[in-house]
Amino acid sequence: MDTQFKTINEIMALLPELQEGAAGMQETLIANLIMLSEIPAPTFEEKDRIKLLLQRMLECGLQNVSTDEAGNGVGIIPGTDPARNILLVAHADSVYSGKADHTISVLADEIIGPGVADNSLGVAVLATLPNLLEALGIQLNSNLVLLGSTKGLGSGNLDGLKFFMDHNRLPFDAGICIEGAQLGRLSYTAVGMFRGSIDCRLPEELEWQRVGESSAIIALNDVINRILEIPVPRRPKTSIVLGAIRGGKSFNIMATQSSLRFEVRSEGSEIVQQIRVCIEDIVADIASKYNAEISFKIVSSREPGGIDIGHPLVKSCRQVMEHLDLKPRILPSMSEVSELIGRGLPAVTLGITEVSNLHDLDETIRIQPIYKGLAQLFAVLLAIDGGFCNEPE
Amino acid sequence: MNLNDWIKNNTIHHSRFWDIKKLVEEKERQGLKISLCLPTLNEEKTIGKEIVMFKSELMDRYPLLDEIAVIDSGSSDKTCEIAATFGADVHLSADILPQYGEKKGKGENLWKAVYELTGDIIVYVDADIKNIHPRFAYGLLAPLIYRPEVHYVKAFYDRPLAFSQGVRPSGGGRVTEILVRPLFSLFFPDLTGLIQPLSGEYAVRREVLEKLPFPIGYGVETSHLIDVYEKWGMEAIAQVDLDQRVHRNQETRDLGKMAFGILRAFLFRAEALGVIGELPDLSTFLRQFQANNESFEQVAFEIVEEERQPMIELPEYREKFGIKQ
Repeated sequence: MDTQFKTINEIMALLPELQEGAAGMQETLIANLIMLSEIPAPTFEEKDRIKLLLQRMLECGLQNVSTDEAGNGVGIIPGTDPARNILLVAHADSVYSGKADHTISVLADEIIGPGVADNSLGVAVLATLPNLLEALGIQLNSNLVLLGSTKGLGSGNLDGLKFFMDHNRLPFDAGICIEGAQLGRLSYTAVGMFRGSIDCRLPEELEWQRVGESSAIIALNDVINRILEIPVPRRPKTSIVLGAIRGGKSFNIMATQSSLRFEVRSEGSEIVQQIRVCIEDIVADIASKYNAEISFKIVSSREPGGIDIGHPLVKSCRQVMEHLDLKPRILPSMSEVSELIGRGLPAVTLGITEVSNLHDLDETIRIQPIYKGLAQLFAVLLAIDGGFCNEPE
Repeated sequence: MNLNDWIKNNTIHHSRFWDIKKLVEEKERQGLKISLCLPTLNEEKTIGKEIVMFKSELMDRYPLLDEIAVIDSGSSDKTCEIAATFGADVHLSADILPQYGEKKGKGENLWKAVYELTGDIIVYVDADIKNIHPRFAYGLLAPLIYRPEVHYVKAFYDRPLAFSQGVRPSGGGRVTEILVRPLFSLFFPDLTGLIQPLSGEYAVRREVLEKLPFPIGYGVETSHLIDVYEKWGMEAIAQVDLDQRVHRNQETRDLGKMAFGILRAFLFRAEALGVIGELPDLSTFLRQFQANNESFEQVAFEIVEEERQPMIELPEYREKFGIKQ
């Protein structure tokens, strides 16, 4: 395939061919997906899945295949111009415990199993990309850096990607984050966010007469009421989500411990900061009132930011999607793309297929739309490689 | 031949054959053609995954398999549709050699595969394996490719979890340990060297397969082992440890039917080989119990363990494969 283009429309004209070529590699992609999915990879325990990813890259004949101190897996598909690099990222960790049954089922039109969409499919795309590009005869000018990143979700706080970006020496032109879900997704902005946990402990030796006056649950309840009183502005758009509470032991036993997990997100970074200070004050106040030990920990955080909707990278993505009859669903993100954007790298997140039951044990992806999702990815890659996504000087 | 030596030399772990590239080179050097046969009956949950895996890894990536075929006994679910979607050749058992009629049973599919498939080696893999992996095929093929004296390679599955001492019990499933192993111990002691004689995964050279009679039901594996042992000796048999195999578990009552079929096939082989005397007419009915309120009643299942003649005796087969009379 000729990969030198005068206009981006020449790339659009290739979309049917790209889609067909992707479908031709169906078994290779699905086999990689099965093998990667069936290795459990909860956050911080991605080692075995990354090992398989690297082995697959080696089998494809990639030369620069390595892992780093954070456990990330990296491979490079060399381009013709050594000065140019495009970063492709898929987070390798999943939300499922290693104890869950990771067996995958393949039906005629669907694949079912924990994590197939988030994000085994993304990682499988990385593992299969060298085969796919070879089959399509695509030789890019830029080096394609394939990164299976670790420690992405929850308290992982994108640490794998952060480590890679801190220590990587290659200058990137752009980044694409690949997620299984959902086809049509387009993320190029990040919301500011922090996730916190508040843990409350009361001394064990409370007397039974004092039952009702004090307990870790009542103390936490006070904390929650006070958090709900924090004024939340409409603009910049801000929200506080109280995600999970735990505490106590049984019907009639005084609770000596309780915990709350919550998330604050806002398009304004100052607001995030203000709410954080408020919560610190609330915690200190309640702790003294109940003579309790209450700790407030920030588990992960992101800075808000983003590239403009008019950025050529975003425009190219939208154009590709429209040619594929996909309605772009523009979502601000808190995942990998936020980290790349925060570092000034133009980046987007793209979804690969249609997904249902996301994060359930029967997470399901549809097979047929995958080829459209891949055609989209190839076209965006070609657009970046062809220089159609650079901001005018 | 000393059985301990056989166990030592002919029991191999699949990890010895991790280098598939080398295996393919050796296969090509010998000009061998290899077919994978998946006998199916309503396996829609697992068949797609097996085919995708074998096609991607052992056909597209490493050209070890020349043919992947599903031989179906008339599934009522989507087994055939799914298999075709992922690029397997799908054959209905009834459509192969229709002039010989249609009999029900896995052995029937295996027998018809000998006619339909074209490989010099056929590797049979059951279609109900949940944790499918390429080793299920290449692990069984490798001894045939590397060792010309080996003709029949049987799988067994043994993955110790945590075990502190060196010695631990090992062996087969319930029917193996309660029925087949005692029978082999009595009549064919050498065959007790097989750790899981009933496993449904094995690879066999065509020149052996075409000379074997095939019981059409549960007895096919047992009967094969006895025949291969009698005609080619233990040296022709090897067994490969494929680690863990995850599949659905069977009810004890179903195992009763299986045991009945195996026992019938065993007795007929033993009689034909003159190992035991002449048998009386054997019943084809297995009788099991069920309770109906306070009373007990018997349920009789007819289990006919018919046998297909060696393929080489069929003129159609000799013509297709150019074998002179």
